[in-house]
Amino acid sequence: MLKARRNQINGLLFVSPWIVGFLVFITYPVLASLYYSLTKYDVIHPPEFRGLGNYLDLILRDDVFRIALLNTLYMIVVGTVVITVVTITIAIVLNNRQIRGLSVFRVVFFIPTLVPLVILCIVWIWILQPQTGLLNTCLSYVGIRGPGWLADPRLAKPAFIMMFLWTSGGAVIIYLAGLQDIPETLYEVASIDGAGFLRRTFTITVPLLSPVILFNVVTYVIGIFQSFAESFIITSGGPDRSTLFYSLYLYQNAFQYFKMGLASAMAWILLIIAALFIAILLGLERRFGYRQ
Amino acid sequence: MAVIGRLRRARYLERGELVVTVTLLGALSVVYIVPFIWMALSSLKLPQELFIVPMRWFPKKLEFSNYARMFREFPFLLDLRNTMILVVVNIVSAVLSNTFIAYGFSKIEWKGREPLFYVVLATIILPFQVVMIPLFIMFHTFHWIGTFFPLTVPGFFGNAFFIFLLRQFYLSIPNELSYAAKIDGANEFMIYSRIVLPLSSAAIATVVIFSFLRTWNDFIGPLIFLSDNRLYTLSLGAQQIMQNLDPKWDLLLTLGVVMTFPVLVLFFLLQKYFIQGIAMSGIKG
Repeated sequence: MLKARRNQINGLLFVSPWIVGFLVFITYPVLASLYYSLTKYDVIHPPEFRGLGNYLDLILRDDVFRIALLNTLYMIVVGTVVITVVTITIAIVLNNRQIRGLSVFRVVFFIPTLVPLVILCIVWIWILQPQTGLLNTCLSYVGIRGPGWLADPRLAKPAFIMMFLWTSGGAVIIYLAGLQDIPETLYEVASIDGAGFLRRTFTITVPLLSPVILFNVVTYVIGIFQSFAESFIITSGGPDRSTLFYSLYLYQNAFQYFKMGLASAMAWILLIIAALFIAILLGLERRFGYRQ
Repeated sequence: MAVIGRLRRARYLERGELVVTVTLLGALSVVYIVPFIWMALSSLKLPQELFIVPMRWFPKKLEFSNYARMFREFPFLLDLRNTMILVVVNIVSAVLSNTFIAYGFSKIEWKGREPLFYVVLATIILPFQVVMIPLFIMFHTFHWIGTFFPLTVPGFFGNAFFIFLLRQFYLSIPNELSYAAKIDGANEFMIYSRIVLPLSSAAIATVVIFSFLRTWNDFIGPLIFLSDNRLYTLSLGAQQIMQNLDPKWDLLLTLGVVMTFPVLVLFFLLQKYFIQGIAMSGIKG
């Protein structure tokens, strides 16, 4: 009895810094944000209660909000598909026994994730320049006249997906770790039964990797909802609002127009949408994913 | 024999296939690497050389003056100093707080430990945008905007990812060691500081590296909380010159090399811990 009580006190003592931090830097802000989302607040004057007014304004009346939401959904849907397919393909190839030893490739795909965010933006501004840019220069070698990637509203989002693809080496590493957990014997049995490479990939690798895929997709989706610096620095949301993403519009409302209440409502809508997304993904995984 | 032949095919690529695969990988690697090489070469170009059409890969003459100009035309030393202050404080606070907190979540049995740990994990996916505005207002009332406090104080209260990482590591340390120490009269704090900490250097290295990376690369934190340009970090300083009418691209690319280079060196020296940290983040899934 005495020991259990001492453990209870000691345990709480050790985690107490986290509890304090959780209350001050997470619980309070989350609740305060909910409150601000129901008010009109510009920091200088005290908050003025207006019920669900901010939410109704955003959903019913704010066209820019709708644009930002659709831009973000585009990045989620198209980006998830492109990035997942590419990163899994790279991981599968790198996981091959004869290539696994060539760890230099693993390093190559990983190091772009180490470039500081602001520098990443600077480099990509130059990669995407219409005339002097790296991408169009390389395209010109094969006779293609590259477009102005960041000047064309239809191309700006694909250009951003290319940039995110360049920095998704972390996903490759996580897929590789997942692939190494799949028992080799499964592949041996399958190939004795005559299954070719593609067949083995879709009947063994992908189902067994599905929890890892889920993890990476959730990480990517949360990342996209929060991604702000890239469009803030590279395009300021242009051209023609084609890269005005959710978090950028939220930032603008909060710190450029000082509509703290409206921005808080956006934060809560983001939280609800992100939670729904994750719930749907978890549901899909539960229904179709592989279970041991 | 036929079975063995198939088996071999399953695990090994034919010579021809191997050549094609490695060639494709090589080509893809070049695509991934070229931006680095281009950045390094461009930092040695004269400003006007950057704008030549068609693009020229190599500078006419290696121009190291950009690196000297960075000290004169950009507050490099000041911004570096600010960044380093934040880096050092955040590394110290991350190691102190998280090694301590994780001990409570793994080495002591108490009621409510597991549910509370799920709360820790849940906070990992809480979008920063949800807490950003109240935090700003809170720090504003504390008169902390324009000081380093908003970017350093929260670090002393633990970080969910680091707590998770250290807890997983602590769980792999056998409890027999603690039992033996307890019989000898050691209390929990002594077990934490004299047994668990010295055994955890690998996990602590990962925490140090990730804490360095987060602070070195952070942009949104300094953007929102540092209003005073004497406190700007390298990232924020770089972004601020981009806002100028003449963004001085040559200097920005030079700064890019200077900011990326230490991270790459660190990575090549401590690769193991980097990969460990990344792979760890995926395990829980």
